[in-house]
This record gives sequence, C-alpha cells and structure tokens, in this order.
Amino acid sequence: MVERCKACGFCVEFCPTKVLALSSAFNSKGYHPPHVVAPEKCSGCDLCGMYCPDFAIYGQRLPVAKEAAPARTAAATNLEVARES
Amino acid sequence: MTILDVTNPVEPFLRTDRMPHIWCPGCGIGTTVNCFARALIESKIDLQSLALVSGIGCTGRVAGYVKLDSFHTTHGRAIPFATGLKLANPKLNVIVYSGDGDLSAIGGNHLIHAARRNIDLKVICVNNLIYAMTGGQTAPTTPGHAITSTSPYGTCEPAFNLPHLVEAAGAVYVARWTTFHVKQLARSIGEAFQKKGFSFIEVISPCPTLYQRRNKLGDGLDTMKYYKEKSKVKHGAPTSEVGLTMTGEIIVGKFVDRDRPDYQSLLHAQMVESLGESYVEPSETVCSCS
Ligand SMILES: Cc1ncc(C[n+]2csc(CCOP(=O)(O)OP(=O)(O)O)c2C)c(N)n1
Ligand code: SF4
Ligand code: SF4
Ligand code: SF4
Repeated sequence: MVERCKACGFCVEFCPTKVLALSSAFNSKGYHPPHVVAPEKCSGCDLCGMYCPDFAIYGQRLPVAKEAAPARTAAATNLEVARES
Repeated sequence: MTILDVTNPVEPFLRTDRMPHIWCPGCGIGTTVNCFARALIESKIDLQSLALVSGIGCTGRVAGYVKLDSFHTTHGRAIPFATGLKLANPKLNVIVYSGDGDLSAIGGNHLIHAARRNIDLKVICVNNLIYAMTGGQTAPTTPGHAITSTSPYGTCEPAFNLPHLVEAAGAVYVARWTTFHVKQLARSIGEAFQKKGFSFIEVISPCPTLYQRRNKLGDGLDTMKYYKEKSKVKHGAPTSEVGLTMTGEIIVGKFVDRDRPDYQSLLHAQMVESLGESYVEPSETVCSCS
C-alpha cells in the first residue's frame, strides 16, 4: 500500500500520539510515504486509516500478545500500523 | 516472518483494481469515503440493500470506486435517478454521493424538490466550494472574494448556504462536518441510515489543486489544519447562521433532525383515501434480468 500514498501528511499530522513521520524514501510515483518512528506509542486507533485519502495506511489492534511485536514492525513497513492489545 | 491477517477496513468496499484513484494529493474526497465505509461497517447495513448514485465531478468518481451497486449518472441527475430507484424498489437504501456543483447548481432544482417531497434518500454532498473536475470554476457555493478560473478578480456573487437551503425545502436530517471530523462524519452517516426521509450531510473538503492553490490557502494539510482550528461544533445551530466564508469560522454539527411523512407514505395514504378498498399496492419491481 506504500505505492498508493501521495504524501499528503494527514496521517502524520493527526495521529494522536505522533507515531508516524514522512520518510525520506520514495515510492515509485516519487512520493515520500510515512514510516513508523514510535511504534510503541501506537494504540491501533485507526485514525490514520480514517484520514488517509488514498487508502494507503490503517491501524489495527491485534488480539495477540507479545509475540506479535515482530509482526507489528513488519506490518509497519507496509504502512499498516497495528498494536497488540 | 509472521504474516498479519489484517486488512484496511475500507478495502472490502473498494474496487481495488481501480486503485490508485485519480484524486490529487491532499484531496479530501477519499477521506469521506473512509468515513462512509466505517459507517457501513458500524451500522451493519445489508450491502445488498444498498445502491449508491453519483453525478459528474471529482466526487462523482466515488460511484466508480466503491464495490457496491452504484451508478454514475449524467451531470446533476443523481437525485432524479436515485428517486426512480427508490420509488420502484422501496426496500433499497439509496445513497446519493456527489459534489456541491453537481447537487446545487445543475442539479439544484432536483435537490430542493426531493427535499420538499421528502424522498427517502441519503445525500452526501462533498463541498469543495468549486467545480473541481472542470478546472475550478465558480460554483453556487463559492464564498465571496474567492478567486476561481471564472472569477479571476474574486467571486462577487452571494453563495448558497446548503444546510439552510435544504432545511427550508424540507429535509428531515441536516448535518455538516469537514474532512477533519472523521469520527463525527461517520456517526452522522450512520444516523442518516436510521432516518426515513430526505437526509443531507454536507462535508467541507479541500481541493488543494484548484481552490486552495488559486487562493493561496496552502495545500490539503494546511486546509485540514484550518478546519481543525476554525470549526465550531454547534448542534442545532439555526441554519441561517451557518454560511461559509473563505477563511472564517466553520459551524459544524447536526442542525436538523425531525420527522415528517416521506413521499411514499404520503402517496400510500392518498391512494387509500381516494380509492379505498379498490386500491391495490403495486408489487415490488423485480428486475427481469436477474
Ligand atoms: C450537462 C453537463 N454540463 C457540464 C458538464 C461539465 N462538468 C463536469 S463536472 C462539473 C462540475 C462538478 O463540480 P462538483 O459537483 O462541485 O464536483 P467536484 O468536481 O468539485 O467534486 C461540470 C460543470 C457536464 N459534464 N455535463
Ligand atoms: S493507529 Fe497508530 S499510527 Fe494510526 S493514528 Fe492511531 S496511534 Fe497513530
Ligand atoms: S499514508 Fe495516506 S494519509 Fe499518510 S501521507 Fe500517505 S496518502 Fe497521506
Ligand atoms: S481537482 Fe480538487 S476535488 Fe478534484 S481530485 Fe483534485 S483536489 Fe480533489
């Protein structure tokens, strides 16, 4: 979903806990998609998902315990932001 | 690596083969679609009972991007098409999703008369204060002094205040939010599903490419920050007082929530009164192609 991002910055600005920042990486259209800079602060509230006009990011609470942590990081690189609850 | 079994909640409602969509960076239309999808999820509405109708414009593209029964009508004619759908198939939940120009300029007459007749439609009007798709011409909603491609020295004509217009015409539910108010917008759309009658939700939305840029109002994000800073929630505010200006306060909230008989109930009552025993309820239209 990184490829859908048009770097509007809505998700970065309106994430209540400032989990995201626009990265210096490019997607194939030349936009800088966001990346997760503070994964531990993510509540999985999905506000980023509601704001994203390009359907490129979302947050989700995962119903799994500690072993989900690596998965969360993996997901984050795909612009999915998830947190175990 | 663990594979995550999670998907974006909006994904099941999209024709993903058509993504990425054509909307510009920082355009608010996609944000409204997220809110619409969340409202569908929350209200647990049967998707088979839904039909979405739009007119022409950037907002009109919604009909082509959602994975629902949808129809992209000619310019301004979303409401008459939706009216026909609803009257022929009263069990359908019919949503009209279109732009301010489509609904209030070329389609303005349909808008007021559907409200007057209280046709059971849910209208989501994405108001970016301009005709966007065609290059940013002045719309009936363009606020005073705004520079557009057809008013290079500033718009001099007074604008429609849409909530006031549709309330006066008879709508039973009227709300306004901006694309900053994602949770409230989703809730309002859910509420409109519960109403029987003409419901109208206006969503103020950025068009950074044509409206904000010409007026030196920044990009989509700057506009979202403006919405956050200058919006005031006033449920029940008199709609005569919620007109918009270029940089001033934006009154948002649920302005009207009332009940009066919808068109189909009135039609039924009239027929029973006039024809009595001999009146036979028309059977539901069944599409012969299915
Ligand atoms: C009969 C007819 N007249 C004019 C047009 C040109 N036209 C296409 S979209 C549009 C305005 C759309 O404005 P709005 O409804 O505000 O949608 P937006 O693009 O801003 O989302 C116009 C005038 C048309 N397609 N058909
Ligand atoms: S899901 Fe996480 S990243 Fe997204 S808005 Fe919520 S806290 Fe921020
Ligand atoms: S992920 Fe979405 S909201 Fe975030 S910058 Fe990209 S397009 Fe904008
Ligand atoms: S022209 Fe304006 S309304 Fe149309 S997609 Fe671009 S930003 Fe959105």
